[in-house]
Amino acid sequence: MKLSLGPLQYFWPRERTLAFYREAAQWPLDIVYLGETVCSKRRELGTQDWLALAAELAESGKQIVLSSLALIEAESELSTLQRLVDQGQGWIEANDLSAVQLCRLRGVPFVAGPTLNVYNHRALAMLVEDGLRRWVPGVEQGKVLLRELRAAMQAEGRTMPELEVIAFGRLPLAYSARCFTARALDVAKDQCGFRCIAYPDGMPLASREGRPFLRINGIQIQGEEITDLGPELPALRELGVDVLRLYPQADGTAEAVAHFDLARRSPTPPPRIGTRNGYWHGEPGMPVEAP
Amino acid sequence: MELVCPAGNLPALQAAVDAGADAVYAGLRDQTNARAFPGLNFSDDELRQGIAYAHARQRKVYLALNTYPDSARLTQWHAAVDKAAALGCDAIIAAEMAVLDHAARHHSQLARHLSVQGSATTAPALRYMYERFGIARAVLPRVLSVQQVERLCENAPVPLEVFAFGSLCIMVEGRCQLSSYVTGVSPNRHGVCSPASFVRWEEHPDGRRSVRLNQVLIDRFDPSEPAGYPTVCKGRYAVGGEVFHALEEPTSLNTLELLPRLAQAGVAALKIEGRQRGTAYVASVTRTWRDAIDRYRTDPAHWQARPDWQRALARHAEGHQTTLGPYHRHWH
Repeated sequence: MKLSLGPLQYFWPRERTLAFYREAAQWPLDIVYLGETVCSKRRELGTQDWLALAAELAESGKQIVLSSLALIEAESELSTLQRLVDQGQGWIEANDLSAVQLCRLRGVPFVAGPTLNVYNHRALAMLVEDGLRRWVPGVEQGKVLLRELRAAMQAEGRTMPELEVIAFGRLPLAYSARCFTARALDVAKDQCGFRCIAYPDGMPLASREGRPFLRINGIQIQGEEITDLGPELPALRELGVDVLRLYPQADGTAEAVAHFDLARRSPTPPPRIGTRNGYWHGEPGMPVEAP
Repeated sequence: MELVCPAGNLPALQAAVDAGADAVYAGLRDQTNARAFPGLNFSDDELRQGIAYAHARQRKVYLALNTYPDSARLTQWHAAVDKAAALGCDAIIAAEMAVLDHAARHHSQLARHLSVQGSATTAPALRYMYERFGIARAVLPRVLSVQQVERLCENAPVPLEVFAFGSLCIMVEGRCQLSSYVTGVSPNRHGVCSPASFVRWEEHPDGRRSVRLNQVLIDRFDPSEPAGYPTVCKGRYAVGGEVFHALEEPTSLNTLELLPRLAQAGVAALKIEGRQRGTAYVASVTRTWRDAIDRYRTDPAHWQARPDWQRALARHAEGHQTTLGPYHRHWH
């Protein structure tokens, strides 16, 4: 089983980001996803910087994949996407259909990211024709759906692409044209002052009775819980999961990588270091007690 | 511009047609569409009657098949496409690749509209759907500014339909798992946001009311406060020590004042949201927009959004409030 570092979803200062990835180059990872997936206004690292970082990290022997923006609205964002596709070195994580189309036209191999809405074997097979090499299912797809999809692929004599599952981190749940960080700070999105840089793990949102619920991260909403599929490793293996995705968090990412590296080489499942992911079991994603 | 109106049942379909809808969109009584609510939608026979009613008056009926089937249930969605063709629907509105592919292969004469749930916001994304599945039209997600809509009208490979009025999803449609995170039932897979079976209202002795979605407190209302249907995105939460509508207020989209701009941009169709709403809503909102579009058609130079139109629309808006939403930069 391979380990991947998912794209950094938060906005960190340039030096912090570069230092993080310099450390990550030493971690027991097989794949690193790089690039801005949430907000094109975040430019502590520009496209050129991400490409340079990709070249630098590739020397560590890891596969580097460039991740695309999940929501593309502006022409400038399309131009950035075109640059990523045209760089001609590696794969792209396609997080919307624009990226799929550009990769398909260029013959660039791509990973279908979790916002691409692939729910069945036929859609997956069509994307494989377009150049898909690896698939990260959306957050709500658990073991039963994946088992059924794999069986349907086999029944039609198709080869499954590599399967990558989000194993650690806060789940990306929703995207909007609106910036919720700017809204919370009562500033206009156009004059946001890049205030999300002050929230390296997103901005906590709780219910009116104080129950931590969601995280505001610019135009993205995440679940509050740092989910952890470590204890489900036997089921993941049985299902043929090829890659475990670990999302960068502000603290403890190195420890999480070390934890999963040990776990993947051990015959017994590891203790839980995060929260149980209900989606994996066909339940609500967040922990909900039985009524 | 074509006026496309919602119909949650046969009386609503007839009301929409009578009030001047050019086309009506409807769903079957299962999870193949994004308004899979109890007591809503059409049996085969009702759909047959509705199509006959609309066609007798030279109007169209589109069938919404815009949810995302998993592998085990894919044949059910394929059967729904076959049914749309057999019953003589004028188009299907679909989001998912395997559904569109089935329609393109087996019913090439049945027009395919890309649903808002397909989350296509750019010309390349639309070109993908056009080249792959021959879509004839696309409904845009409610995330683009009016300037972006104008630009896309120039570059899109197919005519575009935009939302004109109704309840406002603030997240990119097809990309929102908030309700699913809380309930395990999802708009994409099961066709329902904030399912009624998970909603719990609590009355307090002091007259206040609380509403929960599967245990999560979505909001709490003083006796004098209006309380709308609870969705995660329109609740009040604590962020940074303050309690407010952190994601969005209960409000409806209303683009009436943009009508000339949308027409000039070349928008092909205006969509009214609200298959879950009653016949009175459908009739009144349809009549208002019919009037507004007709007045624009006959005299574009002097067209203005009339106050009586705005009042009629505001009466049917969530919380009686409307917004230009993402069409206007300041909303963002």
